[in-house]
Amino acid sequence: MKRPSVIRETDVVARTAAIAAEVAAKHAATVDAQSRFPHETFAALKAAKLLSAAVPQSHGGAGAGMLELGAQCAALAQGCGSSGMVLAMHHIQVACIARHGLGTPYFDRYLSENIVARQEVIASITSENGTFGDTRSSVCAVAVDGENMSLAKDATTVSYGAHADAQLVTCRRTADAAASDQVLVLFEKGQYTLEQTGTWDTLGMRGTCSPGAKFSGKGRAEQILPGAFADSSAQTMVPYSHILWSALWSGIAADALGRAAEFVRGAARRNPGTMPPNAPHLARANVELQAMRHNWQACAMDFDELTGADDRAAREELGSMAWALKMNQLKMGCSEVAPRLCHEALQIIGILGYKNDTPFSVGRHYRDVLSAALMVSNERIASKSASMLLVYKDA
Amino acid sequence: MSNEIKVRTILKEHGRLAREVEGLAPDTDLYQAGMTSHASVNVMLALEGEFDIEFPDHMLKRSVFESIASITSAVDELTATAQ
Ligand SMILES: Cc1cc2nc3c(=O)[nH]c(=O)nc-3n(C[C@H](O)[C@H](O)[C@H](O)COP(=O)(O)OP(=O)(O)OC[C@H]3O[C@@H](n4cnc5c(N)ncnc54)[C@H](O)[C@@H]3O)c2cc1C
Repeated sequence: MKRPSVIRETDVVARTAAIAAEVAAKHAATVDAQSRFPHETFAALKAAKLLSAAVPQSHGGAGAGMLELGAQCAALAQGCGSSGMVLAMHHIQVACIARHGLGTPYFDRYLSENIVARQEVIASITSENGTFGDTRSSVCAVAVDGENMSLAKDATTVSYGAHADAQLVTCRRTADAAASDQVLVLFEKGQYTLEQTGTWDTLGMRGTCSPGAKFSGKGRAEQILPGAFADSSAQTMVPYSHILWSALWSGIAADALGRAAEFVRGAARRNPGTMPPNAPHLARANVELQAMRHNWQACAMDFDELTGADDRAAREELGSMAWALKMNQLKMGCSEVAPRLCHEALQIIGILGYKNDTPFSVGRHYRDVLSAALMVSNERIASKSASMLLVYKDA
Repeated sequence: MSNEIKVRTILKEHGRLAREVEGLAPDTDLYQAGMTSHASVNVMLALEGEFDIEFPDHMLKRSVFESIASITSAVDELTATAQ
């Protein structure tokens, strides 16, 4: 499954950027104000068949690599942060299926029929009451009975669960398995109920519509993704999450700084020959934006290179401490710099950035990226890295 | 004492497994037996201390620590080169 580490000019990214500008950006303020799903954006992505960008070409998708998917998520997030996050999460789920389910009749069919032909959307249920944000442990367990299986899960946070066509759920392999002995199970619409247990009235990422929910589903045993979640997590879910999230956060920060740049240019045009006082501020902020972009892009290229062969050695490398540390460092770095850049944009623009109804408003951007450090808590990630660094020598 | 016995003692103390170490076959998957990545680091630290070795970075991957047999063979390799 060779995925090129390139951004093909006319394809996925360019078409997504057009939707970002023409659709997502237009509705971003109401999506945020009403805390509602960005329907218009996803209808447009669906019509353009961009929801199967991560599906391998062998199954009819665009076969985009990590670099291209990251650029796509960043482009969409420049128009609407919540939309960029939903697209990224959908790709993460698709990638788990494509990289770990390929070659089984059920998942082969699912990718080509549900994702490519019908452009369906997959949500994720990793969080659970009782595991305190640790994705690598579960309380609930799948119950297999011959060819059938069932699962119930009390989830704390389920993004766009009510708007999705399927749910990919983590759980323990059996009722007597250890908390960390998990599998991923896919449930299609019609096979489950999702009873909302809370509200989603948050600071930001309001369009992701992520309240708590009680999940209950029944399906066939073949819908359990082959292998252990320990492997699909390290080899796919974590790299796709941390790289695509970092990419979309950079898109949000880029739009905030873009507004600041527009503001500074306006001042310069009114008074040619006089450098606007906040222009050097903008120059400094761009230093950090470049570092942030290069950070996720370098990780994406590493991933594409590693998975180019997609042999056993590559999968082992993705299970190494060196790679885990790299992913943790990327996530912590980008989630911390994104709010700082939105803060800088606000300082450069001033009151017109602080107001919610001007072309220079950056409140939504700022609030959206405040979720970055919490979405898998940076404290939790830092303590995992700290633990690995007790044995990792970087030599 | 063979390296495997010491490995088992360390796993018992630091592996935080959901099952008794005595009952594990050399090739039982330790992660499936409940060892978390956090516990595996404590196992590595204890092994480095016990055998006076240092795991090189390329050995710090899941496959090396997934079973008693794979850990023992890594320790065997490192103690052999140390002598
Ligand atoms: C926008 C958004 C969308 C989301 N979408 C989904 C989704 O679709 N599906 C899903 O399943 N989940 C989703 N989540 C939930 C996410 O995956 C995490 O489960 C959740 O954000 C973690 O919640 P928590 O802060 O209670 O967890 P915890 O990680 O338990 O953190 C709680 C507190 O403990 C601290 N803490 C934790 N561990 C340590 C440690 N080792 N050392 C020091 N302090 C520590 C943290 O800093 C924090 O203050 C989403 C979250 C957000 C923000």
